[in-house]
Amino acid sequence: MVAAMPDSPAPSEPAASQSFRPPLAALFRAFLGVSLSGFGGALPWARRMIVERKRWMTTEEFNETFALSQFLPGPNTVNFAVVFGARFGGAAGAVLAFLGLMVPPLTIVTGLAFLYERYGDIATLSHVLAGVAAAAAGLMVTLVLKMAGPLFLKRWNSAPVVAILAFIGVAVMHYPLPYVFLVLAPVSVALAWFRV
Amino acid sequence: MNDNPLWSLFSLFVVLSLLSVGGANAAIPEMHRVAVDVMGWMSDSQFADMFAIAQMSPGPNVIIVALIGFHVAGLAGAGVAIAAMCGPTCVLAFAVSRTWDRFKGARWRMALQAGLVPVSLGLIGASAFVLARAADHNGYAFLITAATVAVALATRINPLWVFLAGAGLGYAGLV
Repeated sequence: MVAAMPDSPAPSEPAASQSFRPPLAALFRAFLGVSLSGFGGALPWARRMIVERKRWMTTEEFNETFALSQFLPGPNTVNFAVVFGARFGGAAGAVLAFLGLMVPPLTIVTGLAFLYERYGDIATLSHVLAGVAAAAAGLMVTLVLKMAGPLFLKRWNSAPVVAILAFIGVAVMHYPLPYVFLVLAPVSVALAWFRV
Repeated sequence: MNDNPLWSLFSLFVVLSLLSVGGANAAIPEMHRVAVDVMGWMSDSQFADMFAIAQMSPGPNVIIVALIGFHVAGLAGAGVAIAAMCGPTCVLAFAVSRTWDRFKGARWRMALQAGLVPVSLGLIGASAFVLARAADHNGYAFLITAATVAVALATRINPLWVFLAGAGLGYAGLV
């Protein structure tokens, strides 16, 4: 799963700075490399490529861009590619970074989807997938526990209440996500307003 | 217009695009609710299968959307689903990236950032719950999930090994 990353071609690669702009083709190739090495989430690989290999950004710049792409709605890695591409190459940069990130995995997953539709009924395959699905669910539970830790252990604040209400609304009551979001998000932001 | 599957896919994911705070995983319960309960596109275990395939594949987690789209309407479905899920949020990310730095330190920006974190935690928690319930249809599957949590909390093991172990136990006919 770990594809070779495109190594930085020029030894004279400048350090990260506001004025430096990588060529668009390099931007595209860099995200192409990240997309296929991104097993278990592409962001750690993006960090390695951008900060450590290419030095297009400092750690602080990367962290701020990362925080922004986490906060924006939608797929985080996709947001990251768009924000990063826009910053260094405008609209063309955003489009190329997005395409570099998405085209290889989409090609692969479409092939897998084709195989699944054709062979998904075979008992052995469905048993194997059921085993993987149980493990994948476990990883998701782990992610939630790790995220919840700092939020729930902090001194009294409203965050756990909001999180639990969102959980109950979606997982237990099966309310549509738009309703849950439109009720809870404004309340939570208003509560945060008085805290920050 | 409403019985066209491409339209159904588009209207589902175009809304989810801007509501999935915390990433594609936060939108899993809504995808599950619509795909399994409302539209009847697939069974509970087929949904769990697709999540498993998306997790095993390289690339961003959002590609589960392409799997759902493909299941419903083939290649066109996969394309429509991905475009609807990524389009609005990409435009927003592009617009925000040009102005965001200007509001660094602004109170509304900090409140917005801090306020959305617990919402996204609750949504991702709901995802974990929905996925575990879809995947854990017997005691052995539940044990695999529980063991995965224990191993992932206690070690920094590569998730690939966890998936391989799950696949091996499934192959052995336990799940």
